[in-house]
Amino acid sequence: MALLEIRNLSLEFQTRGGILHALENVSFEVQRGETIGLVGESGSGKSVLSYAILGLSDGAARITQGSARFDGVDLLGAPERHLADLRGREASMIFQNPRAALNPIRKIGQQLEDVLERHTTTLRAKRKEKAIACLAEMKIPDPERRYHAYPFELSGGLCQRVMIALALACSPKLLIADEPTTGLDVTTQAAIMALIAEKARSTRMSTLLITHDLALARAYCDRIAVMHAGQIVEIAPTEKLFTQASHPYTEQLIGATPVGRARLSELIAVPGSLPDLRRSDLPSCRFSERCNRRRAVCKMALPSGADGAHEVRCHNPLRPESAALDALAARST
Amino acid sequence: MAVTTFWGQARATARENPFTLVAAAMFAGFLLIAIIGPWIVPFEPLASNAAQALTPPNAQHWFGTDSLGRDIYSRVVVATRVDLSIALSAVAFSFVVGGFLGAIAGFWGGRIEQTVMRLCDMVMSFPLFVLAMGIVAALGNSVFNIILATAIVNLPFYVRVARTEVNVRREAGFVEAARLSGNSDWRILLHHLIPNALPPMMVQVSLNMGWAILNAAGLSFIGLGVSPPQAEWGILVAEGASYIISGEWWVALFPGAVLMLAVFTFNFLGDGLRDLTDPRRRT
Amino acid sequence: MIGLIARRVLGALPNLLGIIAITFLLTRALPGDPAAFYAGPAGTQEAVEEVREKLGLNRSLPEQFWIYVKDLGSGNLGQSLSTGQAVIQELRMRLPASLELVFLALALAISIAIPLGVMAARHPNSWIDHLCRLVTTAGVSLPTFFTGLLLTYVFYFLLGWAPSPIGRLDPFLTPPSAITGIYTIDSLLHGDIVLFRACAAQLCLPVLTLTVFVLAPLARMTRGSMMAVLSADFVRTARASGLASPTILVRYALRNALLPVVTTVGMVFSFLLGMSVIVEKVFAWPGVGSFALDALVASDYAPVQGFVLTMALLYTLLNLGIDILYVVIDPRVQLTK
Repeated sequence: MALLEIRNLSLEFQTRGGILHALENVSFEVQRGETIGLVGESGSGKSVLSYAILGLSDGAARITQGSARFDGVDLLGAPERHLADLRGREASMIFQNPRAALNPIRKIGQQLEDVLERHTTTLRAKRKEKAIACLAEMKIPDPERRYHAYPFELSGGLCQRVMIALALACSPKLLIADEPTTGLDVTTQAAIMALIAEKARSTRMSTLLITHDLALARAYCDRIAVMHAGQIVEIAPTEKLFTQASHPYTEQLIGATPVGRARLSELIAVPGSLPDLRRSDLPSCRFSERCNRRRAVCKMALPSGADGAHEVRCHNPLRPESAALDALAARST
Repeated sequence: MAVTTFWGQARATARENPFTLVAAAMFAGFLLIAIIGPWIVPFEPLASNAAQALTPPNAQHWFGTDSLGRDIYSRVVVATRVDLSIALSAVAFSFVVGGFLGAIAGFWGGRIEQTVMRLCDMVMSFPLFVLAMGIVAALGNSVFNIILATAIVNLPFYVRVARTEVNVRREAGFVEAARLSGNSDWRILLHHLIPNALPPMMVQVSLNMGWAILNAAGLSFIGLGVSPPQAEWGILVAEGASYIISGEWWVALFPGAVLMLAVFTFNFLGDGLRDLTDPRRRT
Repeated sequence: MIGLIARRVLGALPNLLGIIAITFLLTRALPGDPAAFYAGPAGTQEAVEEVREKLGLNRSLPEQFWIYVKDLGSGNLGQSLSTGQAVIQELRMRLPASLELVFLALALAISIAIPLGVMAARHPNSWIDHLCRLVTTAGVSLPTFFTGLLLTYVFYFLLGWAPSPIGRLDPFLTPPSAITGIYTIDSLLHGDIVLFRACAAQLCLPVLTLTVFVLAPLARMTRGSMMAVLSADFVRTARASGLASPTILVRYALRNALLPVVTTVGMVFSFLLGMSVIVEKVFAWPGVGSFALDALVASDYAPVQGFVLTMALLYTLLNLGIDILYVVIDPRVQLTK
């Protein structure tokens, strides 16, 4: 059984300007110990999905269909206090803009202790020790002194380490990392990702890495799910995605990403822009209006994707054989 | 569909905040009463009639009569003009002088700015009503002096707004352009910067009017400024204050209620104007 | 920390100087002959000359200022013509009465406004949010004298719940011998419960009147600040860490949200001091405000100047206290040195 199972999840926001259809029929799984990337343009719904999983959605959000199960437990129907028990202990989340994500007038050591107090039975006397140990585990130099620091006294990279420490303090089974390295310099990025990867390795923690940086996803993820305008368009093992991308959007996304020594002129921008999700006449495939492989059949409801390691939701995929072969393989085992 | 015209935005704001529309209507109403009030009142505001003293509200005297038999409704209506003109004069004075001082401070900075802001700080280190009392006490008890006192205690708000607006725009492109085409500093200030600083100051004006009316009425209530038998809301309430404990509530409470409505109107109008010009600051 | 506090104290000194300068100007701005004003309408020519000599009114302006400052330093605020007492004596005697009103109203307003604002922020568009918005907009429009009279009419005349608005104490009762000067505290200290209740009853309406006025800005600021904080990133992190609701509310949201409220208290105090004059008039409360008003009516100017000075000093002291409090509760203040 997968650690996290999302099935046909649809979510909408009630806004002043109408209903915003933020997520449509999202389905994917995260197995124990695997790192899965969730990639897509800004506004594709990656963060909305992650908030919905943990029950952190904005008050205006309504889940219209679907299910989300964590370790067998239904997340969407669970009462808030069960979810609160889960968060921080079984499933944690880290955010971008780490300094703003920490309480500005509370010492970071105390913020760590708040989490320990909530989820563990560590005695008060021992909590400070444990907090300092968490900081040390995140390779924060001079953790005894840093315990007393306020977020504004720390650099962005250090703040991110503190936030990861908060998230990993209770060794959760799932870590959702929402753009954890955006805004950090490349060296710090690598260090942060190394910390996460190390923890994942040592505790068999699953990671859901949300990013718009394909190169980052390629370097750290076992599988990647591609999102567009609230829909998951393709899920595949990492290398397969980059070498045998099946969805037109995926191919274009890869083409737009600078890799290695690609020249700027060689990059191709994905044409058009995300459709307005407030429209009531959204096509069933939300990429169809930007797609150069659009056909009449694309107006029909999307297939839910073949079962197997490589799923594509498209009526006119680039490599139908690839997906079909996988399905065949899956059925024969 | 984006609403970009001023009237379009005004309509949208009115829809979201119906109180603003009501406030605008009430503002128009008060203005009308202030202008034509003295001609439409049923009774002569100063005419006393001892036989009719302290009668409760009835068909003839809508707000009842006071201790001298004067019709309270007529007095309240006539007082509208007095209160509004006092408040308007005070605010106009603050607006012009404060705006000018603030603009100079914001434009030239340095010593001038420091001096002006220091003066403002000095005024603001007093509780404003107390300072107004002190000024009126020092200069003498007259209507002009309560206008002056209200204006002085209000100055710092306008100075600050004007200074900020001019400061922010001082280095703006159109100022550079004006300078390059040979305009003198004064011309730039008067023709370009000050007009641009006006909208936020206008919002301040509406919000301030409510406070200015309260201030003027408060000063009159304690005996400064307008003196009886002239009709002014604060005085009317003061005249009725001693009758509350014997149950003749209408003498004080009708003028007070109308005063409250007037302040309410300006406050709502000010809030609406502020929403119109800066949607980020909606309360 | 001490350094920051010291800096705040030093920063208040120019304000102090400004206050003294302005009150000096006010005393000398009297139309006509200031000496005649201080000598009073009944002053003989000799008395006027005496006053002129004492105040140094025939000297140069800087010299006059120096005499003024010296007088202030030695506690000489002049003589009240109507009571014959030194102004500073009168002020000292009456100050507890005014402070009692002002601080009680402040405490009451804070204890209502903050919960109201917090709840309104947590439950937007609920009935409590609408109540909060009503209080906020109506509160600033209510003239203090109107509120006071309305409350008197309803609670004294109609319902008979409140005692008659004739001051601090029923004239048939004797006030407690002064320890602090505040009747309620003193009567408690003397163990006289009956007297305490009588004094407390007299306080109700005037304090309520003042409270209504300052409730609005406090509630508005609390609500706005709380709403901003509740949607802040760090509160989202706290929720994502599974922290319990009360913990998030108090340790994360409230402490951050109250910072701007603390500064609002300073502003609100200015209104309180100003409106206390009106409340003292409506309820015949023998505080410094009514002292100044009586003097004003009698063309007795020294008490008025003393009153203005006292209020300004009180205001400056409170703002200083708030500044210092802010330094203590917000660790980021060290950043903006």
